[in-house]
Amino acid sequence: MKVKVLSRNPDDYVRETKLDIQRVPRNYDPTLHPFEVSREYTRALNATKLERLFAKPFVTSLDGHRDGVNCMAKHTKTLSTLLSGSCDGEVKVWNLTKRECVRTLQAHEGFVRGMVVRFCGSSFFTIFWDLVLWLLWPAQHDPGQGGITGPLESVFTGLDHHQKDAVFATCGQQVDIWDEQRTSPIRSFTWGVDSFSAVRFNPVETELLASCASDRSVVLYDMRESTPLKKVIMTMRSNTLCWNPMEAYYFTCCNEDYNLYTYDMRFLDKPITVHMDHVSAALDVDYSPTGKEFVSASFDKTIRIFAKDGGHSREVYHTKRMQHVICIKWSLDNKYILSGSDEMNIRLWKANAAEKLGVMSPREREAANYNQTLKEKFQHHPQVRRVARHRHLPKSLYHQTKELRVMKEARRRKEMNVRKHSKPESVPLLTEKEKHVVTVVK
Amino acid sequence: MASTGDQAAKAAHVEKKKTPAARYWKDPQEVARKDGNNVGKTGQQQAQKANKRRLVEDSEDEEQVLSGKSDPFPGPAPIPEDRLQKFKRKDKTKTSRSQHYKLKDIITRSEETSEMAQKQAARLDLVLPEDAGFLEGDEDEDTCTISQEDIADSVDITSATKHFSLKLSQFGPYRVDYSNTGRQLLLGGRRGHVACIDWQTKHLMCEINVMESVNDVKWLHSEAMYAVAQKKCLYIYDSKGIELHCIRKFNDVLRMQFLPFHFLLVTASATSFLQYLDVSVGKEVSATCTKTGRLDVMCQNPHNAIVHLGHSNGTVTLWSPNQKEALAKMLCHQGAVRSVAVDKTGMYMVTSGMDKKMKVYDIRSFKPLKSYFLPAGASCLSLSQRGLLSAATGDIVQVYRDVWSTPVTKPYMAHRVQKAVWGMHFCPFEDVLGVGHGDGFTSLLVPGAGEPNFDGLGANPYRSAKQRQEWEVKALLEKIQPDLITLDPTELGRVDHATFEMKHQDRVQALGFDPLAKQKFVPRYKKKGRSSAGNHEKRKRKVAHEDLREDIQKTAEANVTTERERKEKKEVLLSGKRSALDRFKK
Repeated sequence: MKVKVLSRNPDDYVRETKLDIQRVPRNYDPTLHPFEVSREYTRALNATKLERLFAKPFVTSLDGHRDGVNCMAKHTKTLSTLLSGSCDGEVKVWNLTKRECVRTLQAHEGFVRGMVVRFCGSSFFTIFWDLVLWLLWPAQHDPGQGGITGPLESVFTGLDHHQKDAVFATCGQQVDIWDEQRTSPIRSFTWGVDSFSAVRFNPVETELLASCASDRSVVLYDMRESTPLKKVIMTMRSNTLCWNPMEAYYFTCCNEDYNLYTYDMRFLDKPITVHMDHVSAALDVDYSPTGKEFVSASFDKTIRIFAKDGGHSREVYHTKRMQHVICIKWSLDNKYILSGSDEMNIRLWKANAAEKLGVMSPREREAANYNQTLKEKFQHHPQVRRVARHRHLPKSLYHQTKELRVMKEARRRKEMNVRKHSKPESVPLLTEKEKHVVTVVK
Repeated sequence: MASTGDQAAKAAHVEKKKTPAARYWKDPQEVARKDGNNVGKTGQQQAQKANKRRLVEDSEDEEQVLSGKSDPFPGPAPIPEDRLQKFKRKDKTKTSRSQHYKLKDIITRSEETSEMAQKQAARLDLVLPEDAGFLEGDEDEDTCTISQEDIADSVDITSATKHFSLKLSQFGPYRVDYSNTGRQLLLGGRRGHVACIDWQTKHLMCEINVMESVNDVKWLHSEAMYAVAQKKCLYIYDSKGIELHCIRKFNDVLRMQFLPFHFLLVTASATSFLQYLDVSVGKEVSATCTKTGRLDVMCQNPHNAIVHLGHSNGTVTLWSPNQKEALAKMLCHQGAVRSVAVDKTGMYMVTSGMDKKMKVYDIRSFKPLKSYFLPAGASCLSLSQRGLLSAATGDIVQVYRDVWSTPVTKPYMAHRVQKAVWGMHFCPFEDVLGVGHGDGFTSLLVPGAGEPNFDGLGANPYRSAKQRQEWEVKALLEKIQPDLITLDPTELGRVDHATFEMKHQDRVQALGFDPLAKQKFVPRYKKKGRSSAGNHEKRKRKVAHEDLREDIQKTAEANVTTERERKEKKEVLLSGKRSALDRFKK
């Protein structure tokens, strides 16, 4: 007779001393873990609920400006530094970790129209009505004594600096390319428009730039050529635009018609994605450094975060006191969002509303990652989606959204009726992407 | 060295023969490069800078080549196919051309991850510390003739202590239940004796007499609480024997089952009620009247938490808390069903009946697999974690092996207890079968019954109090809602394909009209003299009868229904008045 009976030595399964951690032998046999789908589903639902519970995105508000914040600039070298310019010509330098204003400069009277930090981080540029100021970093002396490349004859509305060279671009009546050492532009672009509202250099193909014009067009330029490359004319005017920092052939422009449009620079005939959700004009947009998401500021007093290819926003931020959001920045560590609004405040938000700030222990991080995966896995289940999508909106915003939906539906119905009662194929069936583009000019 | 130098010289002048690759996955270029590497070592420096860099990279491989040996086991170690099969969750998803590229990408990624997980789990399975028990007889010695004493003598001292008997003739017969971890034993005597024992240390945790007849006992989710079905209602005690709850709503309970992942206590009563009690919140989830008489036979399917009930008319019915009707009814026996058991993979069900038969069913397809004849019929059935089946016929306990795969003629083991068996339970994670009978309790050694390797985060027999508390919190957090109980527990993870009707409805809603609706006949405008007003009218008249027919059909149907209703009303009125002659009606 041969016999063996299960007999375990407890020493193999119990810790030796109290100072040890407990022994946890694992056996991943599926029959020992029944109901794995239902259990994972329950975990995912719990994780989603907890996420909504911990979603407290507002970090802090930086106050001190005496007029609406009109523009902001991220420092290219230090994460904790932010520059902001207000409508009364005041420029403030903020330390974000201390949440305080480090320096205030009364640069000029009138709006600070635009602001950009030079790629080296040693100086920054601001523009006023007809003036470009070049301020050295740290701006110890009076701004009037800094490097000034103006006054110039035209009006400026936007500004951007080249990524590598000592060249910057301004826009106003035309788009000008300036050398830092010269007092007259090295190149000027015009294409039959009276004014431009924004200009941005491409972060990868550094000689390329794009601008938004008031004739509802977005124009692309090559700095090395004397004429603009091409432009797309849309049904309404774009306010600003931002290049995707990772896939730099995409750019997103925020439009007066409440939408944002992501274009592929090579194929302008229709946008890649139309991002809808705002209920008023979108005023500013900024990409996250990973290029996967972007944030937009709107006249409807909200900030929305969109996935780069998502038609609708994943997140909406608002507070009772925040008025029209004029400018928005996504911090370079991909963790925070900064918004400057009409009511003189700069607000710091978390990019991921439910994220825990501060140091996480390895176990904590592991659990967070596991929960994230579960949430993604079960995101399409109706219960999970319902919880994950739930947002509290101000009443007015909620009603406006509803109203817009009704309007859109009515328009669609009318178009359908027109199509039904007209000659076949005389009313073309346009997709949402095709609707907003008037023409592309080369 | 000289010979290699010669080789190098040759290699420099004569073009080298291309050697075929030893293995198909070995790149012939790589082999050539390695050879070149060898040459370079011997002194000929003619490679370019880029090649040099590669040489440095390959310097580790170079030694093998120098010694003339190559790795006899290239690549990762193979994994046995059966292990991989054990951890297989699903077949590969078929990708079609019409799929969106993003979806394709997501599918391939997730498939890769799951495949890797499967492989890793299979690898880990090879290094699990414990092996299952076994019992093999000598030549022409049946294992069923080996007595418990012989086994106890030939195994180690700790295992030998697992065979013992408790002589409790006063309050018997006994029902038995082991806790999830297999450490605690609960005994419930018919005449009111309830005892919890840490049976391995033989430490008596509590012992009470409830002064009432006890029908069944069951541990709840941990060893801190247990439920006792007493004569009138259901009681819950803690491990010290203190009465925690008396649930009057659950009366005349005969049998109980506990669903550990749902925290549901399922009771079957003499009044044919099947009730579900959520023990985490203390609420009744559902109560169903099964309308099948006294419910004395019950078991759960551990794979999908469906409750199986056996009835006196020979049927076995399957129940979930979400449906008032049985999910399935199977006619299993010609007489009454005496006992039912389901294995832990949820594939097989074993039933025994008054017709002295024991049958094995595949409960995924509801088909009979095997039928055995037991001379006395089995009163109790129990399945172990590794698929051993114990059947009690009178006072004899027999253990069978592989009842579903091969036709069994002889039992694997057999043992006679003092009096008729009343309750039987295999101990999880141990080679032990607990038998409650009229004369007390006997613990039998059944080698090969228990799962040798437990999971530390699930039911851990060696867990500390702290670990148990942590486990309890986790388990409560991921309590599965009772409405997720279905016949197929993986259904939740599948894609819910919309039916044609649902899709059609969506389409109608989106378009605002029904694209598939039949259009009304509109006579076409034809030229060449056929479209005179008279012709037009004529053609209209041709199809006019279709509309008419529809109308007539509708009115006729309406007439029939009104007539029927009138008749029914009349009957009801008539039945109200009973005439004196009605009593002779039949």
